Amino acid sequence: MMIRIAALLLALATPVLTTPALAEVNIQEVTSPGGIKAWLVEEHGIPFTALEIRFAGGTSLDAPGKRGATNLMTALIEEGAGDLDSQGFAAARDGLAAKFSFSSDVDGVSVSAKFLTENRDQAVDLLHLALTQPRFDPDAVERVREQVLSNLRSNEKDPGNIAFKLESARSFGDHPYGSDGDGTIDSVTALTRDDIVAAYKGALAKDRITIGAAGDITPAQLGAILDKLFVGLPDTGAALPGRAELNVKGGVMVEPFPGPQSVVIFGQGGMRYDNPDYFAASILNEALGGSKFDSRLMTEVRVNRGLTYGIGTSLSSYDHAETMLGQFEASNENVAQAIDVIKAEWAKIAADGLTEQELADAKTYMTGAYPLRFDGNETIAAILVGMQDMGLPTDYAKTRNARVEAVTMADVKRVAAELYKPDDLHFIIVGSPTGVTPTE
Amino acid sequence: MLRKYGRALLLTFAFATAAKADQVSSFTLDNGMQVVVIEDHRAPVVTHMVWYKIGSADEAPGHSGIAHFFEHLMFKGTEKVPSGQLSAIVAAQGGSDNAFTTMDYTAYFQRVAADRLDLMMQMEADRMVNLKISEDEFLTERDVILQERGQRTDGDPGSLLNEQMSAAQYLNQPYGIPVIGWRHEIAALTHDEAMAFYHANYAPNNAILVVAGDVNPDDVLALAKKNYGPLPPSDQIKPRLRPQEPPQLAERRLVMADERVAQPYVVRSYLAPERNPGDQKQAAALKVLAELLGGSGTTSVLTRALQFDSQIAVYSSAYYDGVSVDPETFGLVVVPAEGVTLADAETAMDKVIAKFMTDGVNPDDLTRIKTQIRASQIYADDDSGALANEYGAALAVGLSVQDVQDWPAILQSVTADDVMAAAKLVLNKNNAVTGWLTTEESAQ
Repeated sequence: MMIRIAALLLALATPVLTTPALAEVNIQEVTSPGGIKAWLVEEHGIPFTALEIRFAGGTSLDAPGKRGATNLMTALIEEGAGDLDSQGFAAARDGLAAKFSFSSDVDGVSVSAKFLTENRDQAVDLLHLALTQPRFDPDAVERVREQVLSNLRSNEKDPGNIAFKLESARSFGDHPYGSDGDGTIDSVTALTRDDIVAAYKGALAKDRITIGAAGDITPAQLGAILDKLFVGLPDTGAALPGRAELNVKGGVMVEPFPGPQSVVIFGQGGMRYDNPDYFAASILNEALGGSKFDSRLMTEVRVNRGLTYGIGTSLSSYDHAETMLGQFEASNENVAQAIDVIKAEWAKIAADGLTEQELADAKTYMTGAYPLRFDGNETIAAILVGMQDMGLPTDYAKTRNARVEAVTMADVKRVAAELYKPDDLHFIIVGSPTGVTPTE
Repeated sequence: MLRKYGRALLLTFAFATAAKADQVSSFTLDNGMQVVVIEDHRAPVVTHMVWYKIGSADEAPGHSGIAHFFEHLMFKGTEKVPSGQLSAIVAAQGGSDNAFTTMDYTAYFQRVAADRLDLMMQMEADRMVNLKISEDEFLTERDVILQERGQRTDGDPGSLLNEQMSAAQYLNQPYGIPVIGWRHEIAALTHDEAMAFYHANYAPNNAILVVAGDVNPDDVLALAKKNYGPLPPSDQIKPRLRPQEPPQLAERRLVMADERVAQPYVVRSYLAPERNPGDQKQAAALKVLAELLGGSGTTSVLTRALQFDSQIAVYSSAYYDGVSVDPETFGLVVVPAEGVTLADAETAMDKVIAKFMTDGVNPDDLTRIKTQIRASQIYADDDSGALANEYGAALAVGLSVQDVQDWPAILQSVTADDVMAAAKLVLNKNNAVTGWLTTEESAQ
């Protein structure tokens, strides 16, 4: 299937503004009898519940020399627990038609579960078993390790992945953000079962849990689940990493790669989501390279010149750093011209900000798109976790659009001048571009 | 289980499912346009889609890629809505829009607040018949599409192998031609050819409207009559009687070596029947067969044999879709473990299939799959956009609303004997193409 624009941007970690909520969506804060807090949107129309659990920390908790331990551990959580081996666990889960997914990123381990109302208690028992008594059987460890290694080998020849690893290393150096959380072939090969158990104890602890639920469940029923799910987990886990220092020096890096195409990542520093100017920055990003087809970069690079199939930018806010990144692919002979266009657009937005029309369009888009986000139990459960992790109140939805509307032309111009730094812009090119002079 | 996997190999398996009949209404306008409405009142959102029964398999010889090319051109302008403005207007409403092309259909959609449906219909109806494209716009968009081909096909050895395998799979059916088109034919397409294609294929009697979300059917019908009703039907729409396959008598084998390959794999596709109107039983058995053989990363037959009982593979899967106009493919994939050759991986895969043909279906596995089919109907109601896709695709290949609604029960009624009969029919190497994707070193 061909899609006009495939999801463009960057497999970055927790997305930034996954926040908001529809004014009509009623978010309840639930506290279990045992004192565990969660956010809930009750929706009894379909007989199932979506439950999202996030443990802060993620792959950035890997111990020195154990890169990839958290990632491998996360992939092993449902490969056997309690008295069930891998096959037994899968059969039990599928027999209940429950869906569990465990994933890790640079800032957390996420558990996404959905289960039918008719067998909710059994599904929750099974999830509890996986969270608290994973077996990490040696045969499962070896089997999944080989899958991870196979992936790492593929990534070594994937230009997008190579570019992103170079970008991380250049931006963040020795901080955990500077290296691939999946580990390297050497580091993953060397991991022992003890390393995996240590990663598990560091990552899945009670002091770092955020929970969102949506669907066919009452506050009391959710409270009862919460008091069961985490019994047996340690009270505290591994220490979170400190702030990451971002390398903001401009430049051009070329990593030779065969083939007719180049993958290009470009970027500079970003802005944290709790900055009072964050909405002005979001509006600027939306106009320059956001998700609309008529962004400045899409217009100039794709529509007017046919240099690429797609280009976009995003503000990326991690727990411990902020960046602004963009990405495109182009034929090797088009890369130099595309980079010139991007640099010119960067200088232009820094100098002039936006037009009245662009500001108005970005506002209508952002305020109009806002209520469309809450359109399914799974989506809602994940958004509830994101909102809590950003420290937002349950009634945030009611004020959010007004804050977008309040951004003025003067705000946009001031923030554009502060945020966009043409001299800081760096480009990472993986391919064989023509007419490009690397500076590093 | 590891969920991240190489992009060429991520063959997800999902049972298509149908919304409950009381949520779905359907109509036909006087000009022949079909209308399907799926109600979901949980959020004030609507998905508006128009599907055209025109895909790459309907293209004239030598014009490969023109259906997809035209999908791009539909975002250029009309007198009322200038070039690029449709997406801008959708965005200004806070919505999102896009389009996609397959072998059998081209579809356009917007996702917006439910009270903006009228505006979406106005613009979609307008561009169905009033598109104006300048020569310059055409030429620049051709460059964009060549870039797209570079990014999605030429830049990815797995995609190139898929393209070569399809070309080898179909001796006569046009499914052997890639949706994006062959590069030399894309580069030669002209403005006149594109406009002739548009006038021949974009018409209400070749289109299906699907609206899903917070709407009621009477309102949708009234809006559809107002916006789409006045459009004249085309007299150029012909039945889709495409060239069919002759008997396939010989196995085909392809080896593609590429320096960009890091993880070799073997993939096999077998020619397989599709879902047909009023006749979906065999396709349902194939769907269950794919799930049994390779639908789960833990409990399926291939996984157990190649990743648990032995360590020959790091990943294995089976796939089958069934939603197509003409016969399509049933596929198997095995990614060998480090140190295992593709030859050994393929031999092991064939042994698993041979043993399955002897042993038959494990009743516990079948029971578990049936449970999941039932649950997937409940989970499916959480995503009305996905339901819109399911109905649109089915109708675009000639299935009916009733066929879509019958599908879960037909899946549920599949017996072990049905599965084995379908397996005997399809898993025949004379109908098959086997592809190896390999590094340059190991090919030497």
